[in-house]
Amino acid sequence: MSIFYLTFGRILKSGWNNFLRNRWLALATISVMVLAIFFMTGLIFVNLIGKTLLVNLQNKVDISVYLKQDVSEQDVSIIRSDLTFLNEVKDVNYISADEALASFKAKHQDNAVLMESLQELGNPLLPVLNVEAQEASQYEAIVNFLGQDKYQKIVDKINYQQTKPLIDRLSSFTNKVSRGGLIISIILALVAGLVTFNTIRLAMYNFRHEVSVMRLVGASNWYIRGPFLVEGIIYGVIAAVSTTTLLFISLYFLSPKINSLVPGSDLLGWFKVNFFSLLFFQTGAGILLGGVGSLVAIRKYLKV
Amino acid sequence: MVHDSVIEFKNVSKIYQTNNGECAALTKVDLAVRPKDFLSVAGPSGSGKSTLLKLLLGEERPTDGQIFFNGQDIALFSTSEMPHLRRRIGTIFQDFKLLSNKTVYENIAFAMEMVGKPTKEIEQDVPQVLELVGLSDKTEYFPHQLSGGEKQRASIARALIHRPEVILADEPTGNLDLLNTWDVVRLLLKINELGTTIILATHDREIINNLNRRVITINRGKVIRDEENGRYVL
Repeated sequence: MSIFYLTFGRILKSGWNNFLRNRWLALATISVMVLAIFFMTGLIFVNLIGKTLLVNLQNKVDISVYLKQDVSEQDVSIIRSDLTFLNEVKDVNYISADEALASFKAKHQDNAVLMESLQELGNPLLPVLNVEAQEASQYEAIVNFLGQDKYQKIVDKINYQQTKPLIDRLSSFTNKVSRGGLIISIILALVAGLVTFNTIRLAMYNFRHEVSVMRLVGASNWYIRGPFLVEGIIYGVIAAVSTTTLLFISLYFLSPKINSLVPGSDLLGWFKVNFFSLLFFQTGAGILLGGVGSLVAIRKYLKV
Repeated sequence: MVHDSVIEFKNVSKIYQTNNGECAALTKVDLAVRPKDFLSVAGPSGSGKSTLLKLLLGEERPTDGQIFFNGQDIALFSTSEMPHLRRRIGTIFQDFKLLSNKTVYENIAFAMEMVGKPTKEIEQDVPQVLELVGLSDKTEYFPHQLSGGEKQRASIARALIHRPEVILADEPTGNLDLLNTWDVVRLLLKINELGTTIILATHDREIINNLNRRVITINRGKVIRDEENGRYVL
């Protein structure tokens, strides 16, 4: 057992020494790894911005439920509370005919012709319920819900038919963006992983003679691999910590700007909340790239 | 099985597969090396000397025949068991094969560290061996900071450190000048006097004629001469 710890300690020490003595090689490998990990986490943030953007767009879409001219206050409050009770509904906003007229007048007060005709007509506007769903795809269900018999005498018409194409487009856009984003993320992560792996392979190619010498003087495979594995893991940890630092600096300056473009996307806040899981993910990716990369790369030089 | 041989080749052939067909490096070699022998393997370049040593070290496998090390058939060692064979043999190469990332001290300590020798023993043995080869003042140098002769002495120290039964030297003087050549030869003789079997492959006529020890001569893959107190004749 003690020989195990002795050997383990020697492998650690040797790996650390190799790291210190191959500083330039280490720097090159680590920078490629930083780029790869930065890219991978960058995608999380792009995803985050995309989601916020879509939520913002979806919030702008609603349907207007026009009620009959002579609807009673009681009926309005019933249909309103029924709607609020639905899971799909996020918000219901009631505008009475008078309120609608007031805002119409305010909007068109400079248009003399409109004002005159309004005076002759009285109030042609209908009371309206503006319904906002949780997700764009849920409007269909809400419209069906309002199609029930008991609402026939209250509801005059729903402008869903006019809004429907817009809503459909938005739903399919959301789906496409998230699916496409996933595919692109996977491809980019693969590319970054391959580039890192190849960098490590080239680094290992430099050491092929050393590896065969160690074999020829009688070192066991694990005694040869160990230090390279340790070195790879050191690369991974350093790359992860550097990436996190780099990310913090870029978010510190970019987050306010992005937030003003896409309101509600507080990337820096998200970074702070998820700091440890992010660091964990990055360190994991780094160790996986560095450690597994060097193990696979060294394999073929161990066959002497 | 002859028990008084450290190394025995029985009808060993090695055929390399090349793009131009087969190339026989060794043909039906029979050879027995006794303990404490100082055996020189003479022959021109390409005669099969290196192949002979590579077979012994398990770097190459024979196409035909058997090789015994202390009565053990080395064909039975798998790739993962090969280190156990190699730890009982010290090897000196023409191109030194030092680990460029490690200092002289670390290069030599490596051979002890890899078998799990205690640090105390390493700290005791390495300076002794370095003194024997005359490198006491260069322990913290890296290989690229040493001259050719110093590199070869470091590699001899590494081959010695774990007290192997046999030392294989493949053209150890091939890259050295005259002065360093004789340093190395004298060192090998000294090691042999201390009880280690030595197999020296060389094409250097001067060395072989001056050693006055057992010589086998190989030409075109065949042992054509095996003489006690031999000379380089070809």
